[in-house]
Amino acid sequence: MSVHIEFNNVTVRYGEDIALDDIDLQIQEKEVFSIVGPANSGKTTFLKCINRTIDLISSSKVDGTVSIQGEDVRRVSNVYALRRRIGMVFPLPVGLPMSIYDNVAYGPRRMGITDKQRLDELVEQCLKQSVLWDEVKDRLHMLGTKLSGGQQQRLTLARALSLEPEILCLDEFSIAIDPVTTMKIEEVLTGLKEKMTIVLVTNLTQQARRMADHVAFFNASELVEWGETEKMFENPDKEITGRYLNGDFG
Amino acid sequence: MSPVSSSNPFAAGGNEIRKQRTENIAKNVMLGAAILLIIPVLVIIGYLFYKASPVLSWNYIWDVPRDLGRQGGIWLPLIGTFYLVIVSLMLVAPVGILAGIYINEYAPNNWLTRCINMAVTSLAGVPSIVHALFGVGAFVLTLGMGASLLAAACTIAVMTIPVIVTATREALAAVPMAFREACWNMGATKWQTIRTIVLPNSISGILTGVILEISRAAGETAPILFTGAAASVAVRTATVGDKLMPYQLDDRFMALSYHLHVVAEKISGMPQEMKYGTAAVLIALIVVINSFSITLRLYLRSRKKW
Amino acid sequence: MSSGKKSIRALGAKLLDGAELPIRIAITICGWSSILFVGAIFFFIFKEAAPVFPHLDWGEFFFAHRWIPIPAEGNEPSYGAMGILYGTFAITVVSMFIAMPLGLGAAVYISEFAPPRRKEWLKILIEFLAAIPSIIWGFIGLVIMGPLIQKILGVEVGINLLNASIMVALMAVPLIVSISEDALRAVPDSYREAALALGASKWEIVYKVLFPAARNGLLAASMLGVGRAVGETMAVWMASGNTDNIPENFFNPLLVLERVKALTATIAGEMPDTVHGSEHYQVLFVIGIVLLTISVIINVVSDLIIKGIRKES
Repeated sequence: MSVHIEFNNVTVRYGEDIALDDIDLQIQEKEVFSIVGPANSGKTTFLKCINRTIDLISSSKVDGTVSIQGEDVRRVSNVYALRRRIGMVFPLPVGLPMSIYDNVAYGPRRMGITDKQRLDELVEQCLKQSVLWDEVKDRLHMLGTKLSGGQQQRLTLARALSLEPEILCLDEFSIAIDPVTTMKIEEVLTGLKEKMTIVLVTNLTQQARRMADHVAFFNASELVEWGETEKMFENPDKEITGRYLNGDFG
Repeated sequence: MSPVSSSNPFAAGGNEIRKQRTENIAKNVMLGAAILLIIPVLVIIGYLFYKASPVLSWNYIWDVPRDLGRQGGIWLPLIGTFYLVIVSLMLVAPVGILAGIYINEYAPNNWLTRCINMAVTSLAGVPSIVHALFGVGAFVLTLGMGASLLAAACTIAVMTIPVIVTATREALAAVPMAFREACWNMGATKWQTIRTIVLPNSISGILTGVILEISRAAGETAPILFTGAAASVAVRTATVGDKLMPYQLDDRFMALSYHLHVVAEKISGMPQEMKYGTAAVLIALIVVINSFSITLRLYLRSRKKW
Repeated sequence: MSSGKKSIRALGAKLLDGAELPIRIAITICGWSSILFVGAIFFFIFKEAAPVFPHLDWGEFFFAHRWIPIPAEGNEPSYGAMGILYGTFAITVVSMFIAMPLGLGAAVYISEFAPPRRKEWLKILIEFLAAIPSIIWGFIGLVIMGPLIQKILGVEVGINLLNASIMVALMAVPLIVSISEDALRAVPDSYREAALALGASKWEIVYKVLFPAARNGLLAASMLGVGRAVGETMAVWMASGNTDNIPENFFNPLLVLERVKALTATIAGEMPDTVHGSEHYQVLFVIGIVLLTISVIINVVSDLIIKGIRKES
């Protein structure tokens, strides 16, 4: 195991507001790293720093360094190539207004893959990985936006997987879908752990406990503490961590 | 039971009845305003077509004007308007659409962008006759085009930039931000995202703007007054080919709108039906063009993709 | 594809985005072009007008009623444009008297009273009204409204201030309707509901709640209407009589039956008779400057007002 993603004194501001305050942590290769914390604690901003979509928010300012495999992401000359290495799934499912097939093939096509057979294989593989294949295999040419919320979220996951990313970030992926689908996706993630590092932002502390190797607790833009899942739940250093993780916060 | 109903606590009192009456009056007055706007105009337009009916025929459309428009048809003005529209559209559409894309997708939130927006607004407000003066100063004289089809088309193009920019900007803004973010997160570049997601889903709104531009270009008179429109032209019309391509870019040309002005006011002994005929054809043209844009919009609303 | 089986990761790492630099530059240049064109319009109009600046009698231009650009043999031309300024002013005022009540009434009806289907139809019809070109309005003024005014009011000439104002009003109304309707719609529904809960009738809501709340938008609508009236050319040229004339008594309502000459119509009518570079030609460009200044001010100010409303809502 080696360090995959490293945050070094990272501070993010939106105008005057501090969104992340002096974050330091390391995420190991091929583990599930979970980030928990109340709303507005900076979890989504954390993910945006990893693939530099933070740059697209014009008021944002980032200090400190985020590195992936020892390489400072701000020094990367081709930010698009960086983003292709990182799959992202956001809380609200977004099916693009095109067919299910085109949704999954979107990323690979942008990278110049035009071979029909290769695309077919890829689409099937990704949809299978995201346990959507059986439900849509007979209607791949239906609009992605017409699927149900849970299906769209799995479609989003399939799209994120289509680039064979080395890091997969999920931001409260289960917020808009039912518990059964959630369990299905959790199983998928456990399988994917063999191939990629997974950063799982969640507000379900039990989900973090089930899935994660390490847990970090964010509160009010600060990293309160982070460590092995077992220790964080059973024997945290700070009292507030224990209270939040065990469900009696505030 | 009558005593009960007469003391009904919910019955309308005098005040309420008066209120109700004012409300009805007000409503009808305002409906009246709406009707007063539309009905007379429809009647007048119907009257124009009625007066034009003696001349309206395919022959009137296809024949060239003779004797300064006192006889013959309106083919030369009609085809002139067609070329004016096409050339101006070819000039303005790329610039206007790209400008709309810049403003909605690329422009940072700073003073320069505010200046651009203000410039678009100002351009939309410049009177058409001032555009004509600009056309004279810039295209006819300084760029040496002379009074010509090209100079008139350039003038119209500058005048209609705001139409296309505004339509494009609004069409792009209607595409949800989440679609763009999804693409960016997959490593798509900004232009890839625009080309593959934003444009395909806003093309119809942009098209509405284009149709609006066509309608404006076909109807405007003032901007072409000194930049290239002519009361009559000497062109060869012997063959069908000549009739379809009567003008070169550096020729003066006839246009339907200017032709109407000429036959209505400038030439003595003009038969009434020739005036009404020209007006009717111009109105029909505008109505057809605008029906396209309205149909397009209704059609789109019926098949929204999200 | 020869590289068909290359891993996707490897492909993604290689693909650069340099290819989109040209389109990005093109988009940026087009984005800035509007500024360039506005600048060019000011530049070229000033350029053509500039030679006359030093020797034009500005006092005469603005305050004398003596427009004789082509004088009789042996006389000096004079450029006192007050009558023409009055003409534009009068057409603007009278047309707004007609257009504002009509436009506002129609906007209120469409946004507050009309059932949904009728609303759609009215909006489509008003859109058609907006699409009718100004030359058609000029023609209607000339051949239909003129004789109508002659007959109904029993006057000698039907081509006059009233006629031109009606035509300009009809042209300005669609604009006023659409901006006013936007302004009324921008008033939050909670205002309407609160007033309804207090027992107000719909009409009371309109004039006690909506008008005050939408005040700025309605102001912007009327300003844009004014802008349209000032800049209108063909309809004004053909329907106003195009005769330089200032009434003796401004309080006599019959002044609407007199002929007037507008700034726009002066340029349109006299430009073809001028020689390029002559004094007359340059003075017409000075009139262009006046029109340009008025219209840009009106549009920028009303745009700021409208943007302010959008920010609030």
